[in-house]
Amino acid sequence: MSTNCDFEKLREIAHDVRVDIIKMIYYAGSGHPGGSLSLVEIMVYLYWCVLKHDPDNPDWEERDRFVLSKGHAAPVLYSVLARRGYFPHEDLWSLRKINSHLQGHPARTETPGVEASTGSLGQGFSVALGMALGLKLDKKDSRVYVALGDGEIDEGQVWEAAMSAAHYKADNLTAILDFNTLQIDGEIFEVMNSSPIDEKFKAFGWATKTINGHNLEEIRDAFEWAKSVKGKPQLIIAHTIKGKGISFMENKVEWHGKAPNGEQFKEAMQELGVEIPDESI
Amino acid sequence: MEKKSLRKAFGEFLIEIGERDPRVVALAADLAKSTYTEMFKEKFPDRHFEFGIQEQNMMGVAAGLASTGKIPFASTFAVFAAGRAYDQVRLSIAYARFNVKIVATHAGLATGEDGASHQMTEDMALMGAIPGMVVLTASDYYSAKAVLRAAYEYDGPVYVRLIRPSAPVIYDSSLKFEIGDIIEIKKGKDVAIASCGFTVHESLKAAEILERKGVSVGVYDFLTVKPLKTDHLQMFKKYRALVTVEDHVKWGGLGSNLVAALGEAGINLSTRIIAVNDVFGRSGSPEELYRYYGLDAFSIVAKVEEILG
Ligand SMILES: Cc1ncc(C[n+]2csc(CCOP(=O)(O)OP(=O)(O)O)c2C)c(N)n1
Ligand SMILES: [Mg+2]
Repeated sequence: MSTNCDFEKLREIAHDVRVDIIKMIYYAGSGHPGGSLSLVEIMVYLYWCVLKHDPDNPDWEERDRFVLSKGHAAPVLYSVLARRGYFPHEDLWSLRKINSHLQGHPARTETPGVEASTGSLGQGFSVALGMALGLKLDKKDSRVYVALGDGEIDEGQVWEAAMSAAHYKADNLTAILDFNTLQIDGEIFEVMNSSPIDEKFKAFGWATKTINGHNLEEIRDAFEWAKSVKGKPQLIIAHTIKGKGISFMENKVEWHGKAPNGEQFKEAMQELGVEIPDESI
Repeated sequence: MEKKSLRKAFGEFLIEIGERDPRVVALAADLAKSTYTEMFKEKFPDRHFEFGIQEQNMMGVAAGLASTGKIPFASTFAVFAAGRAYDQVRLSIAYARFNVKIVATHAGLATGEDGASHQMTEDMALMGAIPGMVVLTASDYYSAKAVLRAAYEYDGPVYVRLIRPSAPVIYDSSLKFEIGDIIEIKKGKDVAIASCGFTVHESLKAAEILERKGVSVGVYDFLTVKPLKTDHLQMFKKYRALVTVEDHVKWGGLGSNLVAALGEAGINLSTRIIAVNDVFGRSGSPEELYRYYGLDAFSIVAKVEEILG
């Protein structure tokens, strides 16, 4: 565990995951780069340092669970799953293609390691709560982690899940809010003012903590804090940058859900310091 | 052939009608760009309501707006309009009989690479099952405009099913449409192909192939999926057989409803239904998916040949 969690190593992995994301979406010709890139450090830290899991045995009963409620960020999930060994890395280049097991949005029945089928926003949160409650019934100490978008929390279902999670004292449930301040139609507070998010969750009975979602130290501290909280579900509000790591995508609403063209692909790869053969453009 | 966007037709239509009728309002759920209600928002910011990702709330608010005499056009992807907000559409809108127009984009497998989560293949069944709900479809830009106009002129809840991809143009601006109408795109003698939406184009291709093989095929565009009116069905009497084609599940879609309606109208001909058969969709291009699920022109040709024996 500790060698896995060397921050230098994790930063390298995060870089490689960003390369995967851009390549996958470029080869697919469609997909969601912005909200995949904003989650990279959190996903890498989760899959390398937090989750108790066994890629060779995805159904291991003692495992922790992760649910990507903001399912459109599938590329970041697929990249970390492949890099942890759930399936061959080269499968990533088949994303969204007709015979691929890598669907546009996570599909439990298709991809090893995917715990829930998501893509319709708001739903994964409830499913994650159900997992947490079931694990408690079975007296297992496994935990459940769920990633939410900050636009996603517009959905009423999110607040239903939040209320019921606190009601059932699901302290084995940790939600991570990818607070990148953008959804599709614009800046989140202009589209639908959900503020104050922190106070709302607190009022619903949650423990909350706010961090920089690209800082590994803060991510580590937040997950350690989450494990220590008793009697309440926990929300980690992670301030992130949508499109993080690719300058022309950062904080740009238009990079929510489109693939780069050849020029943009080249530029992105250059920024990531990756040589690409011309024929792949 | 020239391709045009059906969603853009909706955006343009809203502005045309919004200019003349101040009662028209538009509602969006973080998809104003994709559904093109953004065009309306730019022109009439006060009459455009953005809800963020709240489809259920949006449908309920549309009902309330209608109660004050507004004509709300509530728009999102079909999977969220008909699926996520089903109960709000059923009770708040349809049972209360409010004059709300639900314009659902991204219907069917034609949505493509996003995969099953976004490919709504059950919406005609869900919406058609609601008492009093009118269900309209469109196969091209001009038919989209014509059905939207009819939806606007009608007093009551209407579900309009649109698709993501741009489609080859079949009609022109002279197309006249009233609720109940089925459009005969091509006359035939032996077999009728009944379709709606994007599969109309596969049906036309199939008809072309079959004509070359000596089979005379009529092609019908069901811009109205519900209600199916008995007197409109009489034109199918002359055929030996009928094949229906839809980008939707078999249960409760165009085919199953049409076959039942023909039976009730006493029109006896042998029928086959081409539809998605009890499976979810998957990621792929619309063309690949139509081949994969047997909704493409060659699958239609094969089915017609099978039925003719
Ligand atoms: C129920 C539902 N409504 C609409 C959509 C379409 N949609 C996909 S992503 C998205 C915006 C999500 O914004 P956010 O949660 O902030 O995600 P992020 O910024 O992390 O990408 C929308 C509206 C959806 N997937 N599900
Ligand atoms: Mg966001």
